[in-house]
Amino acid sequence: MKAKGEKAQGEEGLRQSMSWLHTWSGLIFGWVLFAMFLTGTLAFFRPEITSWMQPEIQTRPAPAAQSVAAAQRYLSEHASDATRWFITPPSDREPLIQLLYQSPKPKPGERGFVRVKLDPATGEAVTARQTRGGDFFYRFHFELETAFPWGRWLASIAGMFMLVAIISGVITHKKIFTDFFTFRPRKGGQRAWMDGHNALSVLGLPFHLMITFSGLVLFMAMLMPAGILAVYENPRQYSDDVFKAFKIAPARNEPAPLVPLAPLVAQAQEHWQGRVGRVTVNHPGDAGATVTLVRDAADGVSYGRLAPYMRFDGVTGALQEGEDELSATVRTAGVITGLHLGLFAEPLLRWLYFLVSLAGTGMVGTGLVLWIAKRRQKARPGAREAFSLRLVDALNAGTVAGLFISVAAFFWANRLLPADMPGRQLWETRAFFAVWGLSLVYAFLFQHRKWRDLLAAAAATLALVPVINALTTSRHLGVSLPAGDWVMAGFDLTCLAGALLLAWMARKAARAAKAPAKGRPAARPVAKPAVQQAVQSVAQSDMGPRQGAYEPRGDTP
Amino acid sequence: MMRYRLAVFSRATAAILGGYALASAAAACLAIWLPLRRPDAVVTAQMLSFVFYACGVIWVFATRNAWRAWAGVLLPSALLGGLFAIGRAMGAA
Repeated sequence: MKAKGEKAQGEEGLRQSMSWLHTWSGLIFGWVLFAMFLTGTLAFFRPEITSWMQPEIQTRPAPAAQSVAAAQRYLSEHASDATRWFITPPSDREPLIQLLYQSPKPKPGERGFVRVKLDPATGEAVTARQTRGGDFFYRFHFELETAFPWGRWLASIAGMFMLVAIISGVITHKKIFTDFFTFRPRKGGQRAWMDGHNALSVLGLPFHLMITFSGLVLFMAMLMPAGILAVYENPRQYSDDVFKAFKIAPARNEPAPLVPLAPLVAQAQEHWQGRVGRVTVNHPGDAGATVTLVRDAADGVSYGRLAPYMRFDGVTGALQEGEDELSATVRTAGVITGLHLGLFAEPLLRWLYFLVSLAGTGMVGTGLVLWIAKRRQKARPGAREAFSLRLVDALNAGTVAGLFISVAAFFWANRLLPADMPGRQLWETRAFFAVWGLSLVYAFLFQHRKWRDLLAAAAATLALVPVINALTTSRHLGVSLPAGDWVMAGFDLTCLAGALLLAWMARKAARAAKAPAKGRPAARPVAKPAVQQAVQSVAQSDMGPRQGAYEPRGDTP
Repeated sequence: MMRYRLAVFSRATAAILGGYALASAAAACLAIWLPLRRPDAVVTAQMLSFVFYACGVIWVFATRNAWRAWAGVLLPSALLGGLFAIGRAMGAA
């Protein structure tokens, strides 16, 4: 197709070369992108998933000032020698106080961060089953469970391919608006997949473009150091300049008691007329200690990464510096990254995020299947399928369907592993990857039934998640629905809805697998008069979607 | 077939590496020349660099032959890099 580059000219040539670019830039990282889209979609409900995965924790959020006071009591008792404390007060979505501190003498090869969650009611550390919860999906989304910083680079490269695929896809598209209203599932084969792919892509196009670009912007300091090094001597200066809330002053190495944090929180809340999202204490117990308060990410679209902050002297409690209005440029960057993180979104908007992001997942999935559908259409009938086709098809089934089974397996492991098992969070993750691997193996072994079986397995395992929840906890749908416990009930209901969707897809796949055997030979003599074909297609329309799959068609969508 | 593969390889290299060079040069040039506060100029330059990258990739695959593909990313990179060097020499930062 590239040879055409020489002669291809004008608009049609551009469309063809963009179609080529779209196809290949989409395919190469397609499976990584599918996994990133799916886990990213789930990560919009990160705290809710964590709550479901620790059902023994039932607590209500407490006011921020009171929670920070409890955190200070706990930390001065357990982590007085830490170099830094991070305190996240409870929010509507995350009822626990989250602590993170950096111990001064970490074990070799570790960064020495310790995470603790406190119950705001008692001020004590909560003891619940160990799990990574929603954090697993969140981390996997941009680190792919690969060592720092390689996972981030890989995810970012995949993101850049995605950006190119989106732009070239839009250029390829002649009739972007008409096509949006075109869906011809009865035509079967490539046409149906094409229409589905178009609808899913165009429907959420602004979102897909935003999420891809902003994903790159989130990591731009790592990805594009040239802009920083052009005017700064080192990246540290840049981050101190842009992310002022994270600036660290050196310790003075004289002991001095830390100021009570709760009044500072109250002062900031009063000043902002808003919530405090995080309290950072640098060098607690030192004369050079500082306390930095950052406004809550839920208070504004642009506050996801770049929020207003106030810095206090850690001994006297005097206000040192602060910023309520960030510069227009930084605020723009804040909006772009904030839109990606979606931390500002209230429940309704959050669901919209979830659904459009799911459409994005579908866009990647249908794109991968379309690659196969197009090539299968061109292949000589009856010939043995090329290795590349079988490879891509198996990777597709093993990833697109298999990942849903992995997600279900992750939740199963959470409920079925003993709650006090040491290192159980590792086994949850292992369950996820083992099932993904098994799905891929299955997809390679069983060419003809892989889609049907894997989709059916995904539907079944996901449908059983609420059942297992009912068998192992006392917070199942029968309890959570009457009690209006929407985190637990919403999770279980979403699993059931996902299972229904997958079951529908499994049924479609089963029919498609049967159809070629009966339908194809009949449809092969193509040169029928148009009228007869039309009559036939009407007659066929009741018999199933896959039949009239063989009709000549052009290359461009 | 071999010719075709080489052509694809050449364009892919032009797009991936040439595009990154273009994006980096654009980021450096904008960071030093944009009439904004230093952090603002850098943030703007870096966000726009991804747009340059994407445009570079599209150009490489849209244009008629490999020469134009390579020239289309390398000449602007050199130009932007030169502007950056001038700015640096003048101490614009």
